Amino acid sequence: MDIALNTQALITLLMPLLGAVIAGLFGQRIGRRLTHWVTILCVTVSLIFAGSIFNQIVLQNQPSMNTVLYHWVTSGTFNFDVGLLIDRLSATMIFIVTFVSLMVHIYTIGYMAEDDGYQRFFSYVSLFTFAMLALVLANNLLLLFFGWEGVGLVSYLLIGFWFHKEPAVEGALKAFLVNRIGDIAFILAIAGVLMLFGQVDYAYMFQHVPEILDKQIHLSQHIAFPAVTVICLLFFFGAMAKSAQVPLHVWLPESMEGPTPISALIHAATMVTAGIYLVARLSPLFEFSPAALNFVLVIGAISSLSMGLIAITQHDIKLVIAYSTLSQLGYMTVALGASAYNAAIFHLVTHAFFKALLFLSAGSVIVAMHHEQDMRKMGGLARFMPITYLTFAIGALALAAIPPFAGFYSKDAIIEAVHLSTLPAAGFAYGCVLAGAFITPLYIFRAFFLTFHGRSRLTNAGLASAKTPGVHESPWVILIPLLALAVPSIFIGGMLIGPMLFQQPNLLGNSIFVLPNHDVLAKLAVNFEGAKEMAMHAGASLTMWLALGGIATAWLFNLGAPQLSQKLKAACPTFYKILMKKYGFDDFNQLFFVQGTRKLGTFFYKVSDLWMIDGIFVNGSGKFIQWFANFSRKIQTGYIYHYAFVMVAGLVVYLGWLILGI
Amino acid sequence: MISLSQYLMVAALLFGLGIAGILVNRKNIIVVLMSIELILLSVNTNFIAFSYFLNDLTGQIFVFFILTIAAAEAAIGLAIMVVLYRKRSTLEVESLDLLKG
Amino acid sequence: MTVLQILFYLLAATAVFSAFMVVISSNPVRGALFLVLTFFSMAGLWLLMHAEFLALTLVLVYVGAVMTLFLFVVMMLSVSRINLKEGFVKYSPIGALFVLAMTAIALIVVGPQHFGLQAFPSPAEVGAQISNTENLGTLLYSHYAYPFEIAAVMLLTAIVAAITLTFRKSERPSKSQKIEAQIAVQPKDRLRMIDMPAESNSKGPTV
Repeated sequence: MDIALNTQALITLLMPLLGAVIAGLFGQRIGRRLTHWVTILCVTVSLIFAGSIFNQIVLQNQPSMNTVLYHWVTSGTFNFDVGLLIDRLSATMIFIVTFVSLMVHIYTIGYMAEDDGYQRFFSYVSLFTFAMLALVLANNLLLLFFGWEGVGLVSYLLIGFWFHKEPAVEGALKAFLVNRIGDIAFILAIAGVLMLFGQVDYAYMFQHVPEILDKQIHLSQHIAFPAVTVICLLFFFGAMAKSAQVPLHVWLPESMEGPTPISALIHAATMVTAGIYLVARLSPLFEFSPAALNFVLVIGAISSLSMGLIAITQHDIKLVIAYSTLSQLGYMTVALGASAYNAAIFHLVTHAFFKALLFLSAGSVIVAMHHEQDMRKMGGLARFMPITYLTFAIGALALAAIPPFAGFYSKDAIIEAVHLSTLPAAGFAYGCVLAGAFITPLYIFRAFFLTFHGRSRLTNAGLASAKTPGVHESPWVILIPLLALAVPSIFIGGMLIGPMLFQQPNLLGNSIFVLPNHDVLAKLAVNFEGAKEMAMHAGASLTMWLALGGIATAWLFNLGAPQLSQKLKAACPTFYKILMKKYGFDDFNQLFFVQGTRKLGTFFYKVSDLWMIDGIFVNGSGKFIQWFANFSRKIQTGYIYHYAFVMVAGLVVYLGWLILGI
Repeated sequence: MISLSQYLMVAALLFGLGIAGILVNRKNIIVVLMSIELILLSVNTNFIAFSYFLNDLTGQIFVFFILTIAAAEAAIGLAIMVVLYRKRSTLEVESLDLLKG
Repeated sequence: MTVLQILFYLLAATAVFSAFMVVISSNPVRGALFLVLTFFSMAGLWLLMHAEFLALTLVLVYVGAVMTLFLFVVMMLSVSRINLKEGFVKYSPIGALFVLAMTAIALIVVGPQHFGLQAFPSPAEVGAQISNTENLGTLLYSHYAYPFEIAAVMLLTAIVAAITLTFRKSERPSKSQKIEAQIAVQPKDRLRMIDMPAESNSKGPTV
């Protein structure tokens, strides 16, 4: 049947909300089976319609649709509507979101099978899907912000899902607070947009960008900045918090306290990519601010390199993948800075698949190890869990950018694009991402070898022996999503690189705007011959050899000659310590912000509250009145001659003043 | 001839002495009452002087009434003093400080 | 120097001197007597100002009644025991200073420049047949009759107040007769009739 496009979009948006409400309110009553069936059904319907939309908009090249569903607020000249923008970018995003969400829903049946909060979990995951879809489908900044806050909220709820565990609660709070800092910048940016444009919806904004290019924002009489730069920087601060760029990345490692399915969904595939989506969506604004683009480039480069270095030293398998996410987000940010928005979104798509795959495989390992996450206690699991081993290998190869897996295409495109960029920071960024091409395979294959290869270091009594059924492959509800995600991890890179990056018009069409002098992808397109040729000629590129070198190094240090890693650790202890302390970000935040705020609070309490207000104003005024009264009562002596004297004295003074004029 | 101002000066001196009697006296409360009589006397003299020099008899009428009232007041004052002596057994002004704050 | 002026200065000096002695004296009886002297001198001054009736009233009523009352109370309250053993009356210098200042101001105000003979000339001498008393009476009972009545009420109030304050019932019962009780007595309160049988004379009279 022929349903209108905006109805399809509305159904896509609202079905997960329905599932969340049913699971949340009636979950206890309808039982576990029915809960997961209802939510999975809702998300499946959503996926079907998302697929249909993708088909219509992207594959059949229908024009994009911008509809207003509901007038939210009209205040003076400001119009805030609830409206949907269905164009190529949002169609791509909703397809990814619903697909990964469905995989996670199915996976959860197995992962959370023994948990008490089963229904609550499904409700939260569906709610998250709804918020993320709202973010992506919004046609104005305010609805996007609603989705932005919504995903932040559900992330908090899900990280602290096991709320009786102290670290989980702390991790949830930390995530929410750090995101809040970004949200402040985001709100300021929306205010700036309102000030400059007068409206917050995209259509109006992008039409009127050329008019505001010469406006400036004044911080004082003499300090003024171009308005576009200020607004873009503020938006990027918001994106930095959501997409965990340095220095607002500190929440992501702690967010691993949540269950693995949500690490896969939220902190790999969807929520953290919201920042990337935001910048790509606002490309018409960013293109006109080279300063902002430079800043984006630098931050992305720093994140990608520094986080990758930390990942080499981690022992927890989830933390390795978490830092890997931080590093890959840095890659996407670098691509945004180089004005290669399509490449960023392309990497976002491939990364969603293979990172979710890696997280879910790690989750499978964790379940099999009865929730043990330390890799030093694993080893040699390959023979017990062959399917998990296979899927993890596929994910690792994709991450390491080995052709023909998906990551190879997207990552290489980014590296080449940065190489061709003409911005001042491009050189630094190129160095960082190139180093990352070596480090990424290093850490992921270290994790791979430590977990699945080598001799077994299993210490739990029940897991140690090979004969006993201690470690075994996970149930099919867990394995099916893994396999479903493994397929795109292999093929989607090759399939999409042409249409997304190099065809004209490319997949994302005019959702993205690039100025001609920034258009690095057009320059790359000149050399592009096709996906197959790109894979075959990989041997000629530096990145390929860096990747292979990384894998070899990982093998060497972990399987071939493990004592070398000990020697290396001993040889550069300072560097190792810096990495272990994660560059001191957490310590700095603790010392400066946490302790500092406490000290400030104590100071205000002791000095201005206790001493000044209580002591001087409240008690002090009482004491003053007491002192004054004590002093005044001495005037009442009780003697007549004193009273008479006062009368006479007054009379004398008055007479003197009146008569003699003194 | 005696000028008005001379009479008034005499009255002023008496008035000052009366006030002094109230202020500087600390030993006997009867002296206070007597000083009040002095003050009233000086005021009367003032009235009579002005009545004489302005040829208006109203001043003397007023003195008439002042005398009446002064007598009444002296009587009541003395009665109060008698009761005070009965209660406190002393007439020193210094010991009358019950209204001390 | 006319007789008038000599008389004036004499009387004025006496008055001021005795007023000073009133204030200074440690013995209240002496003080009261000096006050009497002050009143006499002032009565003389009033005579000089042709206020005959009032001068005489001053002497008769004020000295004769009020000062007598003072002396009664002073002597009744055994003041001598309290005060004579004390020395000179203590005084505070600051109070004296202020009084001095006030008196000085007053003297300056009533000085000759404003109240001298140019501003207020001496009134014409009147003959002896003009009676001050008659004039006062004429004025008093016509224009000022109402204040006169009020003054009478004031005196009544004073009487009532003074008696109320000082009257106390004596503790021991008074041994006076109650005439009404004596007259109202009945025979049955005084007399009791008894009926007794006569004694029989069996033995006869004793010899």
